[in-house]
Amino acid sequence: MTAATTGYAVEMKGITKQFPGVLANDHVDFTVRAGEIHALVGENGAGKTTLMNVLYGLVHADSGEILIDGKPAHIGGARDAITHGIGMVHQHFMLIPVFTVGENVMLGREPVTGPDFYNHARARDEIAKLTREYGLALDPDARMADLPVGLQQRAEIVKVLYRGANILILDEPTGVLTPQESKELFGVLRGLVKTGKTIIFISHKLREVLEISDRITVMRRGKVVGHLVTKDTSEQEIATMMVGREVLLRVDKKPARPGPVTFKVENLTASSDRGVPALKGVSFELRQGEILGIAGVEGNGQSELVEVLAGTRRATGGRVLLADKDVTSFDARTERDAGIAFIPEDRRGTGLVLNYSVADNLILGRQRTPKFAWRELVLRLLAIREWARRLVKEFDIRTPSIETAARNLSGGNQQKIIVAREMASRPKVLLAAQPTRGVDIGAIEFIHRRLVAERDEGTAVLLVSAELDEIRSLSDRIAVIYEGKIVSIEPGDAPEERLGLLMTGGGVARAS
Amino acid sequence: MTGINEILHLLVTANLWQAALAAAVLLLLPALGGVISERSGVVNIAMEGMMLTGAFFAVVADLAWHNPWLATLVAMVAGGLMALIHAVVAIRFRADQIVSGIAINIFAAGLTLFLVNRIYGIQDVGHISPAEALPIFDVPGLDQIPFIGQVFFKQNVIVYVALALLVLVHIVLFRTRLGLRIRAVGEHPQAADTAGINVYAIRYGAVVTSGVLSGLAGAMLAIGVSNTFVPNMTDGRGYIALAAMIFGKWTPAGAFVACLIFGLGEAIYANNSIIHISAYLLSMLPYILTLIVLAGIVGRSSPPAADGIPYVPGSE
Repeated sequence: MTAATTGYAVEMKGITKQFPGVLANDHVDFTVRAGEIHALVGENGAGKTTLMNVLYGLVHADSGEILIDGKPAHIGGARDAITHGIGMVHQHFMLIPVFTVGENVMLGREPVTGPDFYNHARARDEIAKLTREYGLALDPDARMADLPVGLQQRAEIVKVLYRGANILILDEPTGVLTPQESKELFGVLRGLVKTGKTIIFISHKLREVLEISDRITVMRRGKVVGHLVTKDTSEQEIATMMVGREVLLRVDKKPARPGPVTFKVENLTASSDRGVPALKGVSFELRQGEILGIAGVEGNGQSELVEVLAGTRRATGGRVLLADKDVTSFDARTERDAGIAFIPEDRRGTGLVLNYSVADNLILGRQRTPKFAWRELVLRLLAIREWARRLVKEFDIRTPSIETAARNLSGGNQQKIIVAREMASRPKVLLAAQPTRGVDIGAIEFIHRRLVAERDEGTAVLLVSAELDEIRSLSDRIAVIYEGKIVSIEPGDAPEERLGLLMTGGGVARAS
Repeated sequence: MTGINEILHLLVTANLWQAALAAAVLLLLPALGGVISERSGVVNIAMEGMMLTGAFFAVVADLAWHNPWLATLVAMVAGGLMALIHAVVAIRFRADQIVSGIAINIFAAGLTLFLVNRIYGIQDVGHISPAEALPIFDVPGLDQIPFIGQVFFKQNVIVYVALALLVLVHIVLFRTRLGLRIRAVGEHPQAADTAGINVYAIRYGAVVTSGVLSGLAGAMLAIGVSNTFVPNMTDGRGYIALAAMIFGKWTPAGAFVACLIFGLGEAIYANNSIIHISAYLLSMLPYILTLIVLAGIVGRSSPPAADGIPYVPGSE
């Protein structure tokens, strides 16, 4: 392929980047045609983000070259990337919450008057111009923190366009969006391509990749393992390439055989960390042998809900009943003893002590039980080791040894430690909050299977997840939470559109 | 009860307010420095050490060259260099900024004491002559206004400079492109970096500026007020300035209000000969007020989001 005539917007050749202990990119070749939507897919840690950071100048490759529009480009920093017309919409927004939309968009290329005065009027004009050109409406004077996530992302896109980007990199752009917002985003992307922009779309959500992209590059463990044309491929083929083996995309489960109600939440209220009401009267029942999914856009009270149920947050009102026993005011330890297990959403902060060994992490919360301690005082190390070896094997935790610090394990294996610990306690109720967040497909598959197995053994499972696909494939019933209230409880096969609508506060005929 | 009455009586005298403003300015300069540094995301508790360094070198330079203006410049450079050490340690080597700040303060105290002994022997440093001190400047005409004239227009030249700097820092931080960038770097350095802003340059500049301002305050203290150098003569002013910065919610105007309150307290206990409240009790006032503010009793005061967090490029 010779440059200049190929019609490639981006050509990256032989990109290699070594981080301490990880070869993040191993002679990666990556090309994007001008005017296409090109998906870059791969598991966490496959090297997608590193590759894009190289392209955007945030990371310097050890070797390899980059051509932009057929011409060799040296990209030493974000500033160079911007000069070459490359813009990046980061997974974690690069927005300043206390600044206005206008200030965020202008930052780095601010309009000034006089010696150095920031010109608000011209900032407004610029944004109005971009809005007209691309149809992306925004209020320049709104404070960023006050905008919903979808609009924040729009501001990110406008920011990139304001810098004159022709090549837009979007890193996991739908991760934080509701299905409706994702649809809107796709509309925006298609519009941008029509105006001549080139888009690189990083994702691990295969359905979206198939929907939006023209071509696909698949990465695994730092290498490119496949180039695909979207219309000639399938979800299964991409997944197999990503993981390197056949994977089960759909969760294989028998219909639930729910038993009696074992866990009851009645009119529960609680406040968030900032002291504002986060739960405004949540009620539901959970039966033995069923998975109840809690669907909702993040920040609608689901975090607070699981924390209250797990005993790490105080309820301000309402009741929680476990087999007709009031456990509302129980703390984490007594909840645990009562038979409530908890997979917290913050794996590294709440679920594990990262500097502890795998073995120690596997008994966290049970260190006082007679099995692991003599009179709650002296640890029984032999029993702990044996227990750890058993769980490591049973839950396929990939670790050099049970003495390895949890910090050194991959995200998926860290999560398996928590899952193993919580499930092995034979709980009556299992609270699973974002159980597969940031975990690779192989581990997701495993955790999903174990959740279903747990259900089949009669545990009552409460599943909270921001991934609607996960909720829909696992849950027997789905409760939709919106602004601290359960707005509806739907059957497990409720259509995605309906759930999406409910999650954003629509679709309910004001039934109070 | 007599104590209260005496204070009330004192509060209506121009002398007291004149002294309060002068005392406040000694706090305002390092506080402004702190605001700039922390707005850029570098925690700075080293104003005490920078101010002390400035005070020492102001005296040394003034005794050597008999020129208070040159001496003031030397003090500012000395404060700036001290800040540069903090900047390198905190920004380049990503060390804990509190620890670095403490180290600077201890280092400054030791260094000045050592140099006093080396240069002047263990005896007194010696006083600079009043003619070589930073002068009091009476603004012609305005100083004749009753009360106001004495409070605002019969002050040390540095007081006017500091008040001008107060306005300037406010404008720069909140009205200019540079200020927008400083605040961006302090709130979200990754965002600033990806927007093409040089995070390190902004932070170095901000930290060094805080040292220059602290050094200026040191000069005023040593060759404007005391006319000599005494070991540890800053007497915790850098820390009170830090408290004022927090009390003022990281804004120049807020810090100034806090400095005025603290300065007033200081002026009252300097006049302690006529009132009967323990000087020790009064000198606790700034710290008590700071604790009250930090506890969130007088509204919430939260620092810039990235304050104290070293920036690692490419990190999330």
